[in-house]
Amino acid sequence: MLDRWLGRRIHLAFLLPGMVLYGLFMVYPLASSLGYSLFEWDGLIREGFAGLRNFRTVLFEPPYSVRFVGALKHNVLFFAMTFAIQSTLGLFFALMFRQKRRGFGFFQAAYFLPYTLSLVVVGFLWLLLLNPLWGGFNQLLRLVGLGKWAQPWLGQTRTALVSIILINAWRWLGFPILVFLAGLQAIPAELEEAARVDGANAWQTLRHVTLPLLAPVMGMVTILTFIYDFNAFELVFVMQGSNGGPAYSTDLLGTFFYRTAFGDSTTGGEPGQIGIASAIAVLMLVMVAAVSWAGIRLLQGRQVEY
Amino acid sequence: MATRRLWDVLLYGFLTAMAVVFVAPLALMVVTAFKSTREIFMNPFGLPASWSLEPFARVWSRANFSVYFRNSVWVTGASLVLVLTCASMASYAIARLPFRGRQWVYLFFLAGIMVPIRLGILPLFLLMKQLHLLNTHWALIFTYAASGMPMSVFLLTGFLRSLPGELREAARIDGCTEFQAFWKVMLPLVRPALATVAIVNFVPWWNDMFFPLLFIQSDRLKTIPLGMTIFFGQYQTDWGLLFAGMVLASLPLVALYLAMSRQFIAGLTAGAVKG
Repeated sequence: MLDRWLGRRIHLAFLLPGMVLYGLFMVYPLASSLGYSLFEWDGLIREGFAGLRNFRTVLFEPPYSVRFVGALKHNVLFFAMTFAIQSTLGLFFALMFRQKRRGFGFFQAAYFLPYTLSLVVVGFLWLLLLNPLWGGFNQLLRLVGLGKWAQPWLGQTRTALVSIILINAWRWLGFPILVFLAGLQAIPAELEEAARVDGANAWQTLRHVTLPLLAPVMGMVTILTFIYDFNAFELVFVMQGSNGGPAYSTDLLGTFFYRTAFGDSTTGGEPGQIGIASAIAVLMLVMVAAVSWAGIRLLQGRQVEY
Repeated sequence: MATRRLWDVLLYGFLTAMAVVFVAPLALMVVTAFKSTREIFMNPFGLPASWSLEPFARVWSRANFSVYFRNSVWVTGASLVLVLTCASMASYAIARLPFRGRQWVYLFFLAGIMVPIRLGILPLFLLMKQLHLLNTHWALIFTYAASGMPMSVFLLTGFLRSLPGELREAARIDGCTEFQAFWKVMLPLVRPALATVAIVNFVPWWNDMFFPLLFIQSDRLKTIPLGMTIFFGQYQTDWGLLFAGMVLASLPLVALYLAMSRQFIAGLTAGAVKG
């Protein structure tokens, strides 16, 4: 019935629910973030037009600018370390697991297991394991005679951020391994065989055949990692609170944004700086969009056919 | 030959050491869940004195876990039904129906594929407030389903395009309406793709704490990850209970992964490898 009534416009009936859902709850909020950032706000009430004043506050006026630059540096380190780990260890594991030798299926499943955990569980689990007095980690160090290394890993500015980055990598690494492996399995065996027949050794085959063919997949994973790391929030929130303690040493753009937008109940900070928070969100959006756009352009430039 | 043997020993040694790094914290979590707090501190790495399930029962009833669990099931389930319905219909139109501008519609959906919806949280929060959806599960369901649309449309359109177009035409000639051709002929053929899309979406939603943290205030509406934060504040000193809670929170996804790792892996890698 609906068919006859709509006739040639039947596609509208198929498109409408999805367009409304996605348009209203995703496109509209993301697009209007920009609008929000251009206004003065008093709590939830929008006031006068502010031009770029909110952006100036975030970028140049302390304390916001200090926190913004600090958090940005932490995010960059977060991404850089994660990227380094997944492009070396992760790639190595994927190359090994491709060989399908005895026990490799088990190793692969084992490495992936932490990825299925919620970041909240991961955060709390490591919070307990790294507890300076009773946590399993320091106890283990004492047990194997490295007791002098035992320290409050999350409680000192020198080690807190790196600990959190490593904990995140612990949970995350299974994912790049899996995707690299899928990418490797999509490479036809003939190409590598041909190289070997032509006299290339294992390293040369890897360097000149396998890795160039895997580059698009590695690029894609890198973009995903970047987006993910620039939005990281839960681990720090759960383990160090929304202030990114100690002394803001684990503060990320995500926690900085959260504090600015929704206030911080734990320290009684000023809640709801909507204009400034929106400016932070827009800056994050611009960074994520710029990097993924550039990354995708780069990937399209070196698309391979096989 | 000898270097090969040496390499194998080193390789397996390293892989085993890494397996310990990845699994030991989880094994410790499970074992510790069975211990009393006193036992945890006195004997952190040994086996528990008894394997009683009592801590789990306590978490389940006393710490409201059963409520959180039910909420998580409902929120992720409803979001999945919503996104699968909307995305498969839209993908069908994009892949199979002739109309002008369908490339633009496709791009409209794809535009969101790399954009984290979190960055629109402030307008989204005010929108939910205006719609009186704050502190209801619908705020979460609509947010999750909307954020799942780009990837779902991308994957389903690809699968639907790979089916022969004659199927739809034959169904139409046999007197099916467009909707019947979609529902009875095409959709059953992309069932594996629907499973993939379901898994891509399910994992992050089940584990999400961000949106519940902002949208939900009532304790009886909280999902597991948010419930965990409450629970951790309440029982800070009762480590046995905390570990039991973590095990219960993690069990569903770990079980799902172990039971259907093939689909799981296909689902999680689909976006990255195809994109």
